[in-house]
Amino acid sequence: MRDIAVIGIGMMKWGELWEKSIRDLAVEASLNCLADAGIDRVDTISIGCMSGGIFNGQEHLASMIPDYLGMKNTPAMRVESACASGGLAVRTAFLEIASGMSDYALAVGVEKMTDVSGGEATDGLATAADQDYEAFNGINFPGLYALMAKAHMHRYGTTREQMADVAVKNHRNGNLNPLAQFPGLMTREQVMNSVMVADPLRLMDCSPITDGAAAVLLTTVEEAKRLKKHPLVVISGIGLASDTIQLCQRKDILKCPAIELAGQKALKMAGKTIRDINFAEIHDCFTISEIMIMEELGIVERGQGGPATSAGHTALDGKFPINTSGGLKSKGHPVGATGVAQIYEVVTQLRGTAGKRQLKNAKVGMTQNMGGSGGSCVIHILEAKS
Amino acid sequence: MDVGIVGYGTQIPRNRIKVEEIAKVWGADAPAYKKGLNLNEKSVPMPDEDVATLTVNAARNALLRAGINPMEIGAVYVGSESHPYAVKPTGTILAEALGICPHVHTADFEFACKAGTEAMFVALHLVKSGVMKYAFGIGSDTSQGAPGDALEYSASAGSAAYLMGSDNLVAQLVDTHCYMTDTPDFWRREGAHYPEHGGRFTGEPAYWKHVSGAVNAMLEKAKMKPQDFNYIIFHQPNGKFPAQTALKLGFKEPQFRHGLLTPVLGNTYSASSPLGLAATLDIAKPNETILLVSYGSGAGSDAFIWRTTDRLPKVQNLAPKVRKQLDEHKVYLEYGTYAKYRRKIIKPE
Amino acid sequence: MKVAKHWRETPERYRLEAGKCKKCGHINFPGRLICPECGTKEFETIRLSGKGKLETFTIIQTAPPGFADLAPYAVGIVELEEGVKILAQITDCNPNDLKIGDTLVTKFRRINEEGKTGMIMYGYKFVPDFGL
Repeated sequence: MRDIAVIGIGMMKWGELWEKSIRDLAVEASLNCLADAGIDRVDTISIGCMSGGIFNGQEHLASMIPDYLGMKNTPAMRVESACASGGLAVRTAFLEIASGMSDYALAVGVEKMTDVSGGEATDGLATAADQDYEAFNGINFPGLYALMAKAHMHRYGTTREQMADVAVKNHRNGNLNPLAQFPGLMTREQVMNSVMVADPLRLMDCSPITDGAAAVLLTTVEEAKRLKKHPLVVISGIGLASDTIQLCQRKDILKCPAIELAGQKALKMAGKTIRDINFAEIHDCFTISEIMIMEELGIVERGQGGPATSAGHTALDGKFPINTSGGLKSKGHPVGATGVAQIYEVVTQLRGTAGKRQLKNAKVGMTQNMGGSGGSCVIHILEAKS
Repeated sequence: MDVGIVGYGTQIPRNRIKVEEIAKVWGADAPAYKKGLNLNEKSVPMPDEDVATLTVNAARNALLRAGINPMEIGAVYVGSESHPYAVKPTGTILAEALGICPHVHTADFEFACKAGTEAMFVALHLVKSGVMKYAFGIGSDTSQGAPGDALEYSASAGSAAYLMGSDNLVAQLVDTHCYMTDTPDFWRREGAHYPEHGGRFTGEPAYWKHVSGAVNAMLEKAKMKPQDFNYIIFHQPNGKFPAQTALKLGFKEPQFRHGLLTPVLGNTYSASSPLGLAATLDIAKPNETILLVSYGSGAGSDAFIWRTTDRLPKVQNLAPKVRKQLDEHKVYLEYGTYAKYRRKIIKPE
Repeated sequence: MKVAKHWRETPERYRLEAGKCKKCGHINFPGRLICPECGTKEFETIRLSGKGKLETFTIIQTAPPGFADLAPYAVGIVELEEGVKILAQITDCNPNDLKIGDTLVTKFRRINEEGKTGMIMYGYKFVPDFGL
């Protein structure tokens, strides 16, 4: 298998982008990425999008995006794993090159969520759950994570204050990210007093509905060295795993085998342990998610995610910075784009171009992107190489 | 062949609303209503309850008491004036929920408040004719009264299910009699949301005429007198009519005391007298005689004479009793929630 | 109009029918073609008791379409006596009175409808175990 580098990244400021359609978003992010790489043709395009159909009535992005990118005839595919679609697109691009099928593979993640009403968007997101046994019974995604939150609070004593501190920290980071949807600072009280969605999760415990896209360009390390445009960043490990779609069918609803197994595979491939990872972008679809994921990855012991957050261990200047971009909470969560934007952030940190949110010791970063209530998870490990 | 009740079961929603709460909204004289109707509060179904759900839950309770193999049930009949569908039977939903499809006969009945006893009448006679071993006759309703109308105070929800058979009876059928004429005292036209009624016309020419007609004919046919009965249950649109009627016909208060539920339940329409019968069966002893007389507007009355058996005390505790469903774990609603639950006010989609 | 899609789930929704693996005894709700534990493809159809302990729950305030009339309502995961866990609404209760560990039982209830003139979907919901 060939060694793979990320040579281009592209994005735009995320938000309610009324004037941009799904094709506009995908093309804009891709063009930004190609300009960043200094490349104008690719061998394949992997598109991460949870549902062009549900949110936009538009499928067949594998035809539309290469077409509108000015690259018609380029092989393309759309991959889907609910909110892990973006990470999956990056992995797919990796495989294209690693297998020798392509030399330049573009991965673009996109989601256009504001053409439908907020209620319809939430309903669309709920298709990531079991339709006949979860959604049918009147639960939505905030509800599923609320079930986990309540169980976590009961078992480990995690508090609403600790969950709120995840949002506060991510907004503090997002405040330093010019591309974040909601860069405003937030206090603990604002989070805890925001409108109730599904007890104990309130509006400010939940990531927003967002329009946006992000793109990354992968090639071989050899090609990257030849181009010499940016500091070399390689993808040294990838892990992908699936688990039950129904939350209640997990052996323990507070354990996520998809995350655990994807993490183990990625670390093994990279020849590393979790202690070797300096920072991570993880899937904070809800404040409780960040707490549970950092425990599942082994960054902290089980039950310690809340205390570690409140103690500042995951802040920019903490022991293990998490979501330096602002995370899904502050940066936004256009579902299919999130996994790709996580790579964008890690590459930015590893190149040393993160500006006000630059970490001092960014050598090895991890992205963790997850679908539904943990039914699928894809993890990438990236390293700065001299 | 002896026929009768093998098992019985009921389901009453937990919500209640008081007469005062309704009267407050419409500016009515609550004490006068309460006294005039002998009515204090009524049951209110949750938005997730309807005639199908009440029927299934009542029927499952009946099977707990019957102790039979449900696959031997030959028919399920459900009587209501608030079936969930105007066209598509409640009976098919019940049969699937019980898991007894497909070799089962079903029909939905309607005859205002006597649709339940109609279903019981047909179930009994099909068993008696020998064509099937067991048949369900069920009365269920979630009826509504128009906002501010007198009927709003009493229209309530409940279900009583009777599994009829020919052995292991808890109550044997002694005899039945039906008395019916075309009398327009109360009706609901296709497409109308609420029923309409003839005011005072619903009294003497309707309720009284048919109930007394059925009682007199029944007593004559069976060669019995009022004092021969331990218990009587009449259809109970309010707490007054059945008591007045009973006393006029020569019955006494202790006879109708246990079966008169309306003061705390309201009028459960097709389940009205069937629930009164169930409450009576809950406390009756072996070898007691019960007279059940329903009334359905339009109009007619079904009379049944039952004699309880030695098996009755053995099954009384096998399923929730009526008084438990009536008196325990009640939740009182205020008018706004009641109106929302009953879809009298609707949020636009 | 998704009539077939809902009709197909009748055995599970109306009768809590599940598949018990003939080899390892694992209970699958809904039933499956292949046992996720041992890979066997032979199952016995059983009906779940519907009775169990509340493992976790939430109170939905912002409800999906069709459920607004009941909001705020509780949804929980209950571990049934048979060892299977199922997710369902919890009705006939004050959601604020629920506690993890409560004993709940299922009742046949109306779940949703396809508009005022469309199909009505029935299924199972939990209620507190008061013996009603």
